[in-house]
Amino acid sequence: MLKTTPFHGRTAPLCASHAWRRWAGYVVASSYELTHEREYHAIRSAAALFDISPLHKYRVRGRDAARLLDRVVTRDVARAALGQVLYTPWCDAAGKVLDDGTVARLDETSFRMTAAEPGLRWLQDNALGLAVAIEDVSESTAALALQGPASRAILQQLTDTDLADLKYFRITAARLREFWVTISRTGYTGDLGYEIWVEARHAEAVWDALATGGAPYGITPAGMLALDVARIEAGLMLIDVDYVPARKALLEAQTSSPFELDLAWTVNLAKEQFVGKRALVREAQRAPQWQFVGLEIDWDALERLYAEAGLAPQLPGVAWRTSTPAYADGKQVGYATSGCWSPLLKKYIALAHLRSPWAAPGTLLELEVTIEHRRRRAAARVVKKPFFNPERKRA
Amino acid sequence: MRTPYDAIIIGGGHNGLTCAAYLARAGRRVLVLERRECVGGAAVSEQVFPGFTFSVFSYVVSLLRPEIIRDLDLPRHGLHILPLESTLTPLPNGDYLAQWDDHDQNRHELARHSLRDAEAYDEFGRLMHQMSRAVKPLLGLIPPDPASLNPRDWFELARLGSHLRGLGATRFHALHKLLTMSSADYLDEWFETEALKATKSASGIIGTLAGPRSPGTAYVLLHHYMGEIDGVFRAWGFAKGGNGSVSGAIAGAARSFGAEIRTGAAVAHVLLDRGRAAGVVLEGGEEIRAKRVVSGADPRRTFLELVGADHLPAEFAQALERFRFRGASGKVNLALGELPSFTCLPGNGPHLRGAISISPSVDYLERAFDEAKYGEFSTRPYLDIVIPSAIDPGMAPPGKHVMSIFVQYAPYHLNGGWTDARREAFGDAVIDTLAQYAPNLKSAILHRQVITPADIERTVGLTEGSIFQGELTLQQMFWLRPVPGWAKYRTPIRRLYQCGAGTHPGGGVMGASGRNAALAMLQDGA
Repeated sequence: MLKTTPFHGRTAPLCASHAWRRWAGYVVASSYELTHEREYHAIRSAAALFDISPLHKYRVRGRDAARLLDRVVTRDVARAALGQVLYTPWCDAAGKVLDDGTVARLDETSFRMTAAEPGLRWLQDNALGLAVAIEDVSESTAALALQGPASRAILQQLTDTDLADLKYFRITAARLREFWVTISRTGYTGDLGYEIWVEARHAEAVWDALATGGAPYGITPAGMLALDVARIEAGLMLIDVDYVPARKALLEAQTSSPFELDLAWTVNLAKEQFVGKRALVREAQRAPQWQFVGLEIDWDALERLYAEAGLAPQLPGVAWRTSTPAYADGKQVGYATSGCWSPLLKKYIALAHLRSPWAAPGTLLELEVTIEHRRRRAAARVVKKPFFNPERKRA
Repeated sequence: MRTPYDAIIIGGGHNGLTCAAYLARAGRRVLVLERRECVGGAAVSEQVFPGFTFSVFSYVVSLLRPEIIRDLDLPRHGLHILPLESTLTPLPNGDYLAQWDDHDQNRHELARHSLRDAEAYDEFGRLMHQMSRAVKPLLGLIPPDPASLNPRDWFELARLGSHLRGLGATRFHALHKLLTMSSADYLDEWFETEALKATKSASGIIGTLAGPRSPGTAYVLLHHYMGEIDGVFRAWGFAKGGNGSVSGAIAGAARSFGAEIRTGAAVAHVLLDRGRAAGVVLEGGEEIRAKRVVSGADPRRTFLELVGADHLPAEFAQALERFRFRGASGKVNLALGELPSFTCLPGNGPHLRGAISISPSVDYLERAFDEAKYGEFSTRPYLDIVIPSAIDPGMAPPGKHVMSIFVQYAPYHLNGGWTDARREAFGDAVIDTLAQYAPNLKSAILHRQVITPADIERTVGLTEGSIFQGELTLQQMFWLRPVPGWAKYRTPIRRLYQCGAGTHPGGGVMGASGRNAALAMLQDGA
């Protein structure tokens, strides 16, 4: 049977849509309301509350904890400050991305790692000979994401910890009402936001505290559909959708290196050793074959194509996840893996893998669109990610 | 004299029927001769007890080649494969290990036993998928002979070589291990949960007088992974109406192409004319002539009984004597008044629509083998159970059930030989074993049919009751099956061919031997 998260007692009665979906073996709400629209706008104008408990979470502790993580991930963990959170991919020996997630330094020898795919075995296998204890805390740790401009104000009234001091991608222990939690200034929306990590047995009480404290600020429980639009606006890739993790790839061509996923900034080749380093050093010496970019579909072109069919443009309010060919000079030069209409930016945007010669910002392409059962090509342009990057995210 | 038939097929097993269908499809006049009153060989459905239909011998489908299903349009002739969704391994401590079709459900269940195994499972599955893809082209191939000087062999071998090189180093190494290791050792490299290792390793011992720790069994594991339905590897199914409907569908296809099928027609010997096969003589003395003869019987029966050693080159006859059959499996078929209720998962549930495996640990299986090694049946055997009526209610009267229990080990060469008393004692050991896990079993039994390897040999003619027409061990596979130099369905007797599982690629309700044989005959201008 599928599992329910520690918040299910709260989320189930709220789920008026009865639209549930699977996430890592759990059921979570696609949207609570009948459409996800208000939930999306809460992210950008008030605060949205997401149940993100299905994330895989590992506690890594011990003298060699930093060494283990440094062996596994591409970023420099040893140099992470106490209370720092690193977003990072990790690779196989061929330098192909296995997964991406975060590593939070809780203290000198203790870390919490989050992952989209189960990773206990990989951590254990890489820990041979190291003084480190790895614990899968996926079930015992519940997690919420509170995202949106009002998120700080809502949290602040519930805790004595001064959140103004909690910088972007930092984490702190805090008491939220009477419960000890950790709060990280992280999220998957590209907005001001926090993630709250709490022992599963206190999950519902923490939900209640947030719901009550957030009500005056318009806190809104939000589901995966709203999150999907927000993460595309933020230019954040999604495993299994925007890239195939190396372990699931049936062909080598399905795999991606961090360089091909626009994650060069996360690869620290100065580190003494990590899984995939040799391959990545080689790859760094030549330009990557592929790049992961933002696309903006040209409104006028789209409108014209629809007009030819006698229709007004129909826009994807729900993000799509079907691989869609992108063309230049009449031939296919890549494919978009997710896209949506951004209700905030009033733009039709997509995330795409393009062959490097066509990946520079400003490059003009065509993206396949299906209009009245016919495949057409709409003009599109390569743009810099993220599409949406408000100052409040880091402020 | 007129020779009315282009080919006579001896034996209406699924391979014989497949061969007939392919030949008839190519416009040849063919006649299938089956000794029993029903076609199917070891793939038959019979109403053993009134109202209760059993897949008496073989009982699941997975290896049936998809190209055969397509070429012969078997669904049009009644083939309907129903999904077999899970495998349940009840444990002596009252717990269980289940493997489910649904990825999330399966992961949760495995994680209950080992988080590491839950993660390793997917990776193992992917590797085996890739290995299956690597080996799969071999199945549809008339095996080339590496010792041959024929350019055609060299061409095929070169193609094979480049195919293997294309696997990449990691997969090639894994293939090497699969070809050399025991299934238990191979699985030890992946998993830590005993019941998981045991249940998976059981695939490596089926039909073979070998234990999970015997080298070479890892390949048999892979052989079973090659099951493929609709392009999905490792998808096992249950044929609606039982495995007889697989044979029935192939027979239907063969007839639709014009093949003639005669039942109750036992072949006494192959008719030779100046050293060439020229037809057959039936047990009643009737002589039927044909341009070619193809035998679906196993190699020993074909050559030493139907042809006769005196017509064969001595080294060929000797190689056949050495070809190992050693049937190791039996069946117990039960008519049940109610469903079994397992202590670990009482009552009805989805677990009863899948396979149930009595394989709590590798040691358990190995001990079961120990007894067989010294000529006894296992007192605590490995059991692979399905309840077809839970999937296909038509198999039993409403509310009642049929249960198929595949049992290992039941050695053909039992100390003192198989007698009625030994058969019943064997049946009792099976029931006692299963009743430990499903206490209501004994009271639910209405009828039971116990089948030993000796019964299999007597009923369907498989030598020593070997369900694969000869063990599927590496020394008798590919270009060595059944005899080195004679692995291409052709034989030292001109115009005599083989199409049974005793040829490459071997056993399982696969049909590949039948198809390959037909292709070889057509190549020869049949």
